[in-house]
Amino acid sequence: MLYREAGDFKTTYRDDGQTFPIRLDRWGYYVTLAVAFGIIPFVINDYWASAVFVPFLIYAIAALGLNILTGYAGQVSLGTGGFMAVGAYAVYKLMTAFPDISIVIHILLAGGITAMVGVLFGLPSLRIKGFYLAVATLAAQFFLVWLFNKVPWFYNYSASGQITAPERTILGQAVTGPASTASAKYLICLVFVFALAWIARNLTRGTLGRKWMAIRDMDIAAEIIGVNPLTAKLSAFAVSSFFIGIAGALLFAVYLGAAEVGEAFGINKSFLVLFMVIIGGLGSIFGSFAGAAFMVMMPVFLKNVLVGSLGWPTDLAAHIELMIVGALIVMFLIVEPHGLARLWSLTKEKLRLWPFPH
Amino acid sequence: MLDKTEGYSTADGRQIGGVLMEMKNITLRFGGVVAIKDISFDIRQGEIRAIIGPNGAGKSSMLNVISGFYHPQEGEVWFKGYRRGPMKPYEVARLGIARTFQNIALFDGMSVLDNIMTGRLNRMKSGLLSQALWWGAAEREENENREQVEKIIDFLEIQNIRKTPVGRLPYGLKKRVELARALAAEPQILLLDEPMAGMNVEEKEDMSRFILDVNDEFGTTIALIEHDMGVVMDLSDRVVVMDYGRKIGDGNPDEVRRNQDVIDAYLGVAHD
Repeated sequence: MLYREAGDFKTTYRDDGQTFPIRLDRWGYYVTLAVAFGIIPFVINDYWASAVFVPFLIYAIAALGLNILTGYAGQVSLGTGGFMAVGAYAVYKLMTAFPDISIVIHILLAGGITAMVGVLFGLPSLRIKGFYLAVATLAAQFFLVWLFNKVPWFYNYSASGQITAPERTILGQAVTGPASTASAKYLICLVFVFALAWIARNLTRGTLGRKWMAIRDMDIAAEIIGVNPLTAKLSAFAVSSFFIGIAGALLFAVYLGAAEVGEAFGINKSFLVLFMVIIGGLGSIFGSFAGAAFMVMMPVFLKNVLVGSLGWPTDLAAHIELMIVGALIVMFLIVEPHGLARLWSLTKEKLRLWPFPH
Repeated sequence: MLDKTEGYSTADGRQIGGVLMEMKNITLRFGGVVAIKDISFDIRQGEIRAIIGPNGAGKSSMLNVISGFYHPQEGEVWFKGYRRGPMKPYEVARLGIARTFQNIALFDGMSVLDNIMTGRLNRMKSGLLSQALWWGAAEREENENREQVEKIIDFLEIQNIRKTPVGRLPYGLKKRVELARALAAEPQILLLDEPMAGMNVEEKEDMSRFILDVNDEFGTTIALIEHDMGVVMDLSDRVVVMDYGRKIGDGNPDEVRRNQDVIDAYLGVAHD
């Protein structure tokens, strides 16, 4: 009775096409926004920011990006880590080369540069599909990591081979570097997540999104109704890489502060983001958030339970934690192969009928 | 023989116009196999043109030539008085030629509404920025095209499944949604590849009615392939009959029915 759509009439196509057609969903969205922007920044501390919120927000952007490519356009990619590295190194070069320009512009430009690199590595998708494309993007992953390792220009010839984010401010608040506060880091990530999620939603519900999904579901039929596969696939690579580049830039500049490419943006990162997308739900904006939350928070939660509550030694807990997370992923995919987003929509369908299911 | 620009009247009093599309001496080979051998025929403005023939006669290949999937080794395709060069399927779609498939080719992950909306992709021109911000052209275009799509949804009586994912629909409805998607493009020629394959009698009746209504109300020229002879003879104005890649008959249903080659091809003939 609480959650229903009866009596909630739509009289225009504009109303019918809105993101949250059900009133309760809409309120839930507004409340979430109000809490995220109005309450959390004032109460957040360093632990919560660095363990939960900042990585969750950054990975949500990466998951959104990969979901656009894999979930909406159906092009499998294992190059996420490499593309994040492009974003990180681009923002690093821009930050050090143009220290007077706002970091927000640098991050956006880093996204743009990654988009171009993404289009370049997306070219094979015009010829190959599925597993073969996955292997081609894997080549992108290894090539990019190798490139950033071997060419000293990318890390400004630093002795350690690491890149370190200098301090940059927005409105007088440091958002990168050691002086940045938890709430400043959280807020800049939140603003990016909010804007990018909104853009992702707009793109996927409109003409471009339909082109992507048409290519994903049946490329021959898509072509016959007038979708040019070249532009559809490459635009998916461009938009997806833009998102992933921004995630990489934020991960390096705001979250890590210093990074070494093989460690921070290795193949593990590609798999991590792919797991997020699969567990969250392919082809769903909500799923990207749910998957990122699951993969970021589950280890933190397990660590707290095992070490904090049960008092196990840290090293043992760390290993068990890996095993439990792995088992959970497998179990989860058996129970619901379409991910958390499907689980959520099933719950909503049940809720619509509750408490009188007949 | 009719003149190119001259029309004719059908038995039920509809006026058919001049030649809209003409196939001239089409030959299509796959390696050593000749799928279509030197076939010529035309499709006139506003008519329902059927292509029939036994299995493997080359009907679907012919449709694939028209829609740009196959490029014939010899022969010319003329559309609206111009010779069409080799084109990609999506370019053909932009000329105003839409089609359905023998095995349903819908986008299973999308809702019925989204599927039909994809049919209008070529009419939606808003830029990336406008779409990303959902502001201005993108939103206006979406709502205008939605209105057109709703008309087609009403026309084909699929209002109640508008938001259902296509994957969940039964076969007969999927066929109808596919027709809706092709219609949404407002094509000049609609190609239907076995629109009634695998349907029961009622579904066939519904589909026949929709095909006739489409032709009648929108004036869409239709070229269809079908196996059910009863349906073909009732629906179509003129029929091309193919067998082993050759054309063995062409004319109105009565002429075709009396054609000895056609009877032989369908019933078999004793070789002595």
